[in-house]
Amino acid sequence: MNQAMPDTQTKNVSPANGRRVLVEVKNLKKHFPIKSGILFQREVAAVKAVDGISFHIYEGETLGLVGESGCGKSTTGRTILQLHRATEGSVQFEGEEITTLKGEKMRKMRRRMQMIFQDPYASLNPRMSVGRIVAEPLVVHNIGTKKERDERVAELLEMVGLNPYFVRRYPHEFSGGQRQRIGLARSLALNPEFIVADEPISALDVSIQAQVVNLLEKLQEELGLTYLFIAHDLSMVRHLCDRVAVMYLGKIVEIAESEELYINPLHPYTQALLSAVPVPDPVVEEQRQRIILKGDVPSPINPPHGCNFNTRCPVSVDVCYDEDPELREVLPGHWVACHRVV
Amino acid sequence: MAVAEGAEPISLDEEKQKGANPWVDAWRLFRRNKAAIVALCILAVIFFIAITAQLWTRVGVLDHRTGAKARHTVNPDNLERQDSFADPGLCARDNLDSNPYWCSWLSGEALVAVQADHCYRPDPDYSQKQWCYLLGGAESGKDLMSQTVYGAQVSLAVGVLGATMSLIVGLIYGVIAGFYGGRVDNFMMRIIDFLYGIPYLVMVILLQVFFTEIANEYQDTGREGFVGFVLELNQDMGGLLFLFIALGALSWIGMARLARGQVLSYREKEFVEAARAVGASNRRIIFVHLLPNVIGPLIVAETLAIPGYIFTEAFLSFIGLGIQPGTPSWGSMISSVRDNGGFFSNRHLLLVPSVALVITTLSFNFLGDGLRDALDPRLRGT
Repeated sequence: MNQAMPDTQTKNVSPANGRRVLVEVKNLKKHFPIKSGILFQREVAAVKAVDGISFHIYEGETLGLVGESGCGKSTTGRTILQLHRATEGSVQFEGEEITTLKGEKMRKMRRRMQMIFQDPYASLNPRMSVGRIVAEPLVVHNIGTKKERDERVAELLEMVGLNPYFVRRYPHEFSGGQRQRIGLARSLALNPEFIVADEPISALDVSIQAQVVNLLEKLQEELGLTYLFIAHDLSMVRHLCDRVAVMYLGKIVEIAESEELYINPLHPYTQALLSAVPVPDPVVEEQRQRIILKGDVPSPINPPHGCNFNTRCPVSVDVCYDEDPELREVLPGHWVACHRVV
Repeated sequence: MAVAEGAEPISLDEEKQKGANPWVDAWRLFRRNKAAIVALCILAVIFFIAITAQLWTRVGVLDHRTGAKARHTVNPDNLERQDSFADPGLCARDNLDSNPYWCSWLSGEALVAVQADHCYRPDPDYSQKQWCYLLGGAESGKDLMSQTVYGAQVSLAVGVLGATMSLIVGLIYGVIAGFYGGRVDNFMMRIIDFLYGIPYLVMVILLQVFFTEIANEYQDTGREGFVGFVLELNQDMGGLLFLFIALGALSWIGMARLARGQVLSYREKEFVEAARAVGASNRRIIFVHLLPNVIGPLIVAETLAIPGYIFTEAFLSFIGLGIQPGTPSWGSMISSVRDNGGFFSNRHLLLVPSVALVITTLSFNFLGDGLRDALDPRLRGT
């Protein structure tokens, strides 16, 4: 584990039944069409980036979404925020269907959910000053007078640990961690309830990662935020998230409470993934058995028949090649999509 | 606990709070480029002279655009005396030395023409000092300097307005294609591919021929309606309008491609997505997020394209398809050398407009280079 982390786990509150669900995703699909033709294009195939996933996020919790590159994590986050239009399925925000919202209603809804981006160098417009960047959500939604906005910007910058005097500076004058804070201030400007954090720390130095993660936790406590935390750093996810969903090739293969998943991973893919995490204990590390998966991830254009994972699964049987496994609850709060799990 | 809860150390130095606007930064980079600064100064002088030409005419330093003599209202007493000039002997020829002239130093023959045509007015007042042609005379006794200055008006107008028009059209076209993408982009780009197949110069020449034909036709039938109005306007502009149309008809396509490419590269950037996530309108995304980022390379490309427009105009005027006869332009001045005794007897007739042309285009090239270094520092030195 990263030594920069707090040694007390204060926030692993079990999501008891009856907690309020903030975001509910049902059978969400996002297919990107591949077109061909010179003038009149027709669809020849589709990249099935997200292929039918369902989960829910409780109010105030942090749901981690992990998986290797290209498995559809980011697309899931963006589709939930309606930055991509869903091909199929539904996303409900406090019970309200948002995939069909349009125009002004969608704009209103956007105030309640925001995003933090992976690349702090690409997520800030280089031609805008920090003040303008952070104030942009307020300007777009026509909130407050110029003076009120300036005050709010100063307040937001302070909230993320930046000097309010920075408003007239430009993004290139800041370090990666500072830029990520600016992006965070922007996404907090509208007082959102839900934030999709798309690998917010993977582009940062390890020393800065802890700072940003701590800031995210602090803000969650202060503002009661709900996070969908997309990541591939499993130790960071374990530290930060209440529950974790594991994705493989556009599908969720396992969801469980964070500790449960790390102690008792059921899906062979999750097991392989977790076996790759180094343990900061030389004795344990010595005995750690890495599960090396064979082959590569199949193309999402043409996923394998049956279970998505069958091409690489060390324990696959006949049924895995015929039937797509359902995501089912095998232990309380622990959902797995695998034929071999009983 | 090893975690630092606050931000990284922050400098509270007041000096550093100001912030460097990218455009201010660009200006700082630009200022460092000596050649570009010199080019900018030269262009500023050329622009100033060209724009204020009418004023100089009124003061009597320049002749009228048509070649008609200006009334020389300069107080001759303020002019330097003839003896202070390099070769008073030239002026003293033909026993004209009783009058202090400011004489031509370029060509003996032109001098004769000048003196015969200009210094001796129909009603010369020999008791007065008179102002002669600084750069010698051109065809039929016109002042070469005046012609060159009015030629600068044409060249700069063609260069700058041509570039501006092609920038605006290309920018709008390219941004629409790049931003909306998909089928719109596909369709718009196929049109551009088609236009790219047409040879530029041939097209411009054909358009100019076509416009001339129309003008001739309307000459006979009279000028009415919209076409008449356009022809009238063109006449008033000395043929510049049609030249703009002919040049502009194809010159924007390169710009449109460049703009589209730029927009495509920025459209998928995360800051655009962030703007979408807060609910910014397409208009806001285009004008606030895309344009300021896209415009730099386009300005550079347009500045570097200006010499091309100037050359095309000069070339068209040289072959007699550019500016209307009677309107001075560098191209037509160069071509007039053929009809005025040729290069060897009238070097200055060729040299003056050519040097003006070269200086102007070189200046634009250096300016463009400087702008590129300033606006896109990654390309420095290439």
